[in-house]
Amino acid sequence: MTQVSMTVNGKQASGDVEGRTLLVQFLRDAQGLTGSHVGCDTSQCGACVVHVDGQAVKACTMLALEAEGAEVSTIEGQANADGSLNVIQQAFQDHHGLQCGFCTPGMVMSAAALLKDNPKPTETEVRDYLEGNICRCTGYHNIVKAILAASGQDVSAIAAE
Amino acid sequence: MYNFDFVKPATVDEAVKALGDEDAQALGGGQTLIPTLKQRLASPSKLVSLTGISDMQGVTKDGDSVVIGGGTTHRVVAEDAADAYPGLAGLAGRIGDPAVRNRGTIGGSLANNDPSACYPAAALGSGATIVTNTREIAADDYFQGMFTTALEEGEIITQVRFPIPKVSHYSKIAQPASRFPLVAVFVAQYAGGVRVAVTGASNNGVFRWSEAEAALSQNFAADALEGLTLPADDMIGDLHGTAAYRAHLVGVMTRRAVTAAS
Amino acid sequence: MPKDGGIGASSKRREDIRFLTGEGNYTDDINLRGQAYVFFLRSDIAHGTINSIDTSAATGMPGVVKIFTAADFEGVGSIPCGWQVTDKHGEVMQEPAHPVLASGKVRHVGEPMAAVVAETLAQARDAAEAIVVDISDLPAVVDMKDALKADAPKVHDDLKSNLCYDWGFVEENKAAVEEAFQNAAHVTTLELRNNRLVANPMEPRVAVGDFARGTGDHTLYTTSQNPHVIRLLMGAFVLGIPEHKLRVVAPDVGGGFGTKIFHYQEEAFVTFAAKACNRPVKWTSSRTEAFMSDAHGRDHVTTIQLALDAENNFTALRTDTHANMGAYLSTFAPSVPTWLHGTLMAGNYRTPLIYVNVKAVFTNTVPVDAYRGAGRPEATFQLERVIDKAAIELGVDAVALRRQNFITEFPYATPVAVEYDTGDYVATMDKLTEIADLAGFEARRKESEARGKLRGLGVNCYIEACGIAPSNLVGQLGARAGLFESATVRVNATGGLVVMTGSHSHGQGHETSFAQVVAEMIGIDENMIEIVHGDTANTPMGMGTYGSRSIAVGGSAMVRATEKIIAKAKKIASHLLEASEGDIELKDGAFSVAGTDKSVAWGDVTLAAYVPHNYPLDDIEPGLEETAFYDPSNFTYPSGAYACEVEVDRDTGQVTIERFAAADDFGNIINPMIVSGQVHGGIAQGIGQALLENCAYDENGQLLSASYMDYAMPRAYDMPFFDVDHSCQTPCTHNPLGVKGCGEAGAIGSPPAVVGAVVDALRSSGRDVTHIDMPLSPNRVWAAMQ
Repeated sequence: MTQVSMTVNGKQASGDVEGRTLLVQFLRDAQGLTGSHVGCDTSQCGACVVHVDGQAVKACTMLALEAEGAEVSTIEGQANADGSLNVIQQAFQDHHGLQCGFCTPGMVMSAAALLKDNPKPTETEVRDYLEGNICRCTGYHNIVKAILAASGQDVSAIAAE
Repeated sequence: MYNFDFVKPATVDEAVKALGDEDAQALGGGQTLIPTLKQRLASPSKLVSLTGISDMQGVTKDGDSVVIGGGTTHRVVAEDAADAYPGLAGLAGRIGDPAVRNRGTIGGSLANNDPSACYPAAALGSGATIVTNTREIAADDYFQGMFTTALEEGEIITQVRFPIPKVSHYSKIAQPASRFPLVAVFVAQYAGGVRVAVTGASNNGVFRWSEAEAALSQNFAADALEGLTLPADDMIGDLHGTAAYRAHLVGVMTRRAVTAAS
Repeated sequence: MPKDGGIGASSKRREDIRFLTGEGNYTDDINLRGQAYVFFLRSDIAHGTINSIDTSAATGMPGVVKIFTAADFEGVGSIPCGWQVTDKHGEVMQEPAHPVLASGKVRHVGEPMAAVVAETLAQARDAAEAIVVDISDLPAVVDMKDALKADAPKVHDDLKSNLCYDWGFVEENKAAVEEAFQNAAHVTTLELRNNRLVANPMEPRVAVGDFARGTGDHTLYTTSQNPHVIRLLMGAFVLGIPEHKLRVVAPDVGGGFGTKIFHYQEEAFVTFAAKACNRPVKWTSSRTEAFMSDAHGRDHVTTIQLALDAENNFTALRTDTHANMGAYLSTFAPSVPTWLHGTLMAGNYRTPLIYVNVKAVFTNTVPVDAYRGAGRPEATFQLERVIDKAAIELGVDAVALRRQNFITEFPYATPVAVEYDTGDYVATMDKLTEIADLAGFEARRKESEARGKLRGLGVNCYIEACGIAPSNLVGQLGARAGLFESATVRVNATGGLVVMTGSHSHGQGHETSFAQVVAEMIGIDENMIEIVHGDTANTPMGMGTYGSRSIAVGGSAMVRATEKIIAKAKKIASHLLEASEGDIELKDGAFSVAGTDKSVAWGDVTLAAYVPHNYPLDDIEPGLEETAFYDPSNFTYPSGAYACEVEVDRDTGQVTIERFAAADDFGNIINPMIVSGQVHGGIAQGIGQALLENCAYDENGQLLSASYMDYAMPRAYDMPFFDVDHSCQTPCTHNPLGVKGCGEAGAIGSPPAVVGAVVDALRSSGRDVTHIDMPLSPNRVWAAMQ
C-alpha cells in the first residue's frame, strides 16, 4: 500500500492504495464518490470521465497513483455553489439529454471539457467529441442538443417532440 | 490486474535504473497498457511511469524537423505541431477519443506498435528517427512486425524526430467497434521522394507501400496510383473486413491522402 | 399552447436531478458492511465434459472465504423458464435443466463453473486462477441448421435432439396457405438473417446478496426490470425461500432493454452464498463478462414468401424461421420467436392467409431472449423487406404497394389470432411523407450524386403488440405467470401522495410521467406525488417493465387505484359538505357540491381521513390508501411509418444516415418529451442493428465480439438528428388512458428502413441488389457493389 493524496472537487483526499488501484476505484470506493461509473473494461464507454488538472480523462484507465498531487473534479463537484444545476446539467434536464442516467456523469464531464476548449461547437464537432462516450438510451439526439444549448446556441429548430 | 509497484521518476536516468528491475515495465499514458493489465494479459512487477520526466515532454521545431518528447500526449502534439507539421498534428488529433488523447503518449504508442495504431504510420511515413536513452533508430529499422520493435528491454523512447515534408495527409477508415484504423494510410511528400505508410491492414504491422511511393514520387497525384493494387495475401482478415477488402481500402485511402495532402 | 403540467405536458424529469449530480443509487453503489466479493470462473470453451474441479490450491489463498462448485448446489433448483411452448404436434417443448453452476458439462463460453468468494474481488480472481478444471472438449454446435442434423452433437445429452420445439401457426391454416401460393400471380421469396445482438445497457449487471441470521430474512439487490418476478422465480423455483422471507430491491437501474428482465444464476448465487458465508456477497459484472452472460437477442434465420394476386393484393404469407435459443432456455426465450413474433406477421396489411413455422434450436452459445422489441422486430423486418423485394420484382412503387394493402377498418381480426383495436396507417404514412419530405428526395439524390455519393431512400411500416398482456390469454399460450400490473396509492394526511407501482423505471421516466397522470386526475401539482418502485418490500406484487407495458398496464392500475381514492374521498367530502355523494365534483384539487359555491379542499379531505373527528366512521374506514391490480383485455397496437435516407461511399461501402423520420401512433401521450426520447433511443438501436452491431461466434463457439473492441456500439457521430412525430393518435379503446406504449417502436420500425435505403442507393447505380444481411458493414456493402 502506498499513500496517495490529491484534491477532489476542491477538497483534500488521501488514502492508502495498491499500485493497481484505478483512479475510479479510489473515487468510488475510498472517497464514496459513486457518481463516476464503470461501464466497460476497454476504455471506450466514457461513463467514468473526470477531469484531472483540467483535462478530461477516463478514470478507469488511470492509476490512482498517477493522480498524486492532481486537481480532480467529478460529477459531484459540478453543481453551482447553492446546489442548483450548472449550465450544462440544466441543459441536459431541459432537453431530456438523459434517460437511465448511467452514462450521464461522463457525458456531462466530457461536455464541460469540450465547451472549455470550444465554447461554440458545431453539431459535427459535438458528435465527434463524444466518440469516447457511449449512450445506449438517447440515440444522442437530446445529448447533442443539450450541449449545443449549453453553449448558448439556439436549438429551437432541432426537432424535440 | 495483478498488483505491481508504481514509481514515477523525474529523470530518464532514474527511469532507466527503475526499469532494470526484473519484470519492470514502462508506463506511458497507459491507454493501451492499463486495459491490457485489466485483462491480466501481463504481470509486471513494477510500472515505471514516464509522464513525470520533463525532458520527455513537448513539441519543438529543430531546423527541418519537428522533435516530440516521448512522453508528449496526443493532444499536445495535435495542438503544438499544427503549424510545423499539420499532417502529423491531424493524425494525433484523431487518435482514440479526446480523453484518450489527453493521456496517451507518442512514446507509448510507438513502443507498443499495435498493428492498428495510428502513430506507427506517421513515424514510418515520415522516415522519423526514434531516439532512445541509448541510441537513434531509423523508423525503417524500428518496426519489426506487429507488437514488435527494435527496442531492447528497458530502453526508453525519449524523443521522436520527424523530418517535415512538403505536404502530407493521413486518411483513415475506422473499424466500427474499436474505432481504431481498419485501414489508414499516411502519405508524405519530401524533396527526395514520397513515402506511403499503411497501418491496420497487414498481419506484419505497419508497412511502406513501395510501388505507390515510386509512382507518387514520379507524379504526386491520385491518378498516378491507377492500376496499382496490393496482394491480399498478408492482409488481416477478421470480423470487420476481409483481407481483400483491406487490400482494396489501402488503395482508396492512399488516393484520398494524396488528394487531401497539403 | 403546450400544457405546463398533467397529461400531455412535457414535464421535465424529476429523476434527472440525482443523475446529473452523481447522486443516483445504482446497485454497484450499494456496499454492505462486511461484504465479500465473488468472482466466477467461467468456461473458456463452448462445449465440454467437466471431469473434475480441483479447488485445493485455491482454498488456502489470501482472502478466500469459500469456493463453490455445482456440488454445493445439490438440492437447489434449476433456473426456471417462464414460458412453455407447445409445438405443432401438440407436444410441449424440450426443456433442459439450467444449474446455477455448470454441472457435468459446460455448454457455452462464459458459463460459470465455480465461484470464489473472497475479501476482495482481486483476491477472488487470484484464487479462481488457481482452480484446476479438468475438462474434455466436445465438438460444439453453433450453426442452427447444423444443430438439427441427425449426427449433430447434442447440447443436452438427456434431450432427444437440439430441437426445442417446432411451432406451426396457425396450423389449421397451413393447407389454405399452400393453396393460395399455388394460385398466386406472383410469389416473392426472401432469405435473411436477423443478426444476433447484445442489449448492452451501459450499466453492467450487479447483484448483492444479504442474509440476516437473526430473522432469517434474505435480501437481494439486483439490476432488474422486475424485482417481484425475480423474487418469485428465484424464491419459489431455485432457492426455496418463501416470498415473505425474501426481499428483492432493484434501485436505480442503468438501462435494461430486455436483458435485465430475466432471472440469472448470479442472482441466485449471491443470495445463496450470503447465507452460506454469513455475510453479504457482491457480484459486479465486467463488460466482458456481460457479453458472455447477459442473454443475447434476435438471431433468427428466416425464409419468407409473399403471394400476390394479379392486382398486387397480398393473398398469403408464409415464413420459416430457425430461432436460436442458445444453450439454455432463458426466462422468456420460448415466447419470443412464437407468440411475440408469429402473431405480428400480418403487420399493417390485409393478408388473409398466414402460416408461420418456427424451429427453436439449442446451440453452444449464450442463451437468447427478449431484446427491445423481442420478436416484433424480427416479424417487422422480414415482412417489410419481402414487400420491398416484391415491389422491385413487380416494378411498382413500394409505398404504393403498402398503401394498397393497408388495413383500413378497425377493429381488425388478423389471421394470426390478434385483433387490432385501432390504428390509422394511412394517416401515419401521410404524416411521414410530410415530415420526411419524401417529395424532395430525388433532388437530394441528385445533390449527393453530384458529390460522388450514392443516395437511397427506405420507407416502411410497422405494427407491434404492447401492453403485455391479458393473463388468461397468455396462460393458454404457455406463460407460467400472469401479466397484470399493480399500484398502491397512499394519500398522506396533508394531501401528498405516494404511488407504489409494480412497474420499474430504468430510464423511462416513470417518476415523472406517472405523477403527471395522478396529478391530472386529482387536479393537484405533480410535485405532491411521489412514485415509488423497485422494492418488493414496499410495492405491491407487480410484473415489471418490458414490452412497452408500463403506461398501458401499470398506468392503468394506477388509474384504477386513484379512482378508488377519489371515490372514497368524495364520500368523505360529501360528509364534510353535508351533501349527497352524487352531487360531489372534484376539480382542480377541490371537492364542490354541484350547483353551489360550497367546496372543501383536497387537503382538508385527506386530513379528515387521518384525523376522523368529523367523519362517517359508521360507513367507511378512516385512512386513504387503495390498491388496484389491472389485467388488460387485449394487447395494444402502436404502429407507424419510418423513412431513412442514406449516403453510400462508392469506394469504401461506408453508409451514413443522412435523414431519419418516424411517424408513430402511440394513442394518447402522457409526456411528449419522454415519448420522443424513447423513440430516439429505439431508432438508434435499430440503426445499430442495421449498420453496426453483430454478436459473432466462430465455428468452435468462441465469442468473437466479446468487448467493445469488436462489438460495434453506435456513437454520436453515427446518428443524425431524428424527425419524430406522434401527432397521429388513435387512442387505445380498452385501457382507461387510451395509451399504447412507445418504448420499443423505434427499434422495431427502423432496421428495414435502413436496409431498404442502402439497397435503394445501390440499385440507383444500376446494381441488381435486393437485400443485404445486417449489419451493413462497409465490407458487406462494398462486396455487394462488386
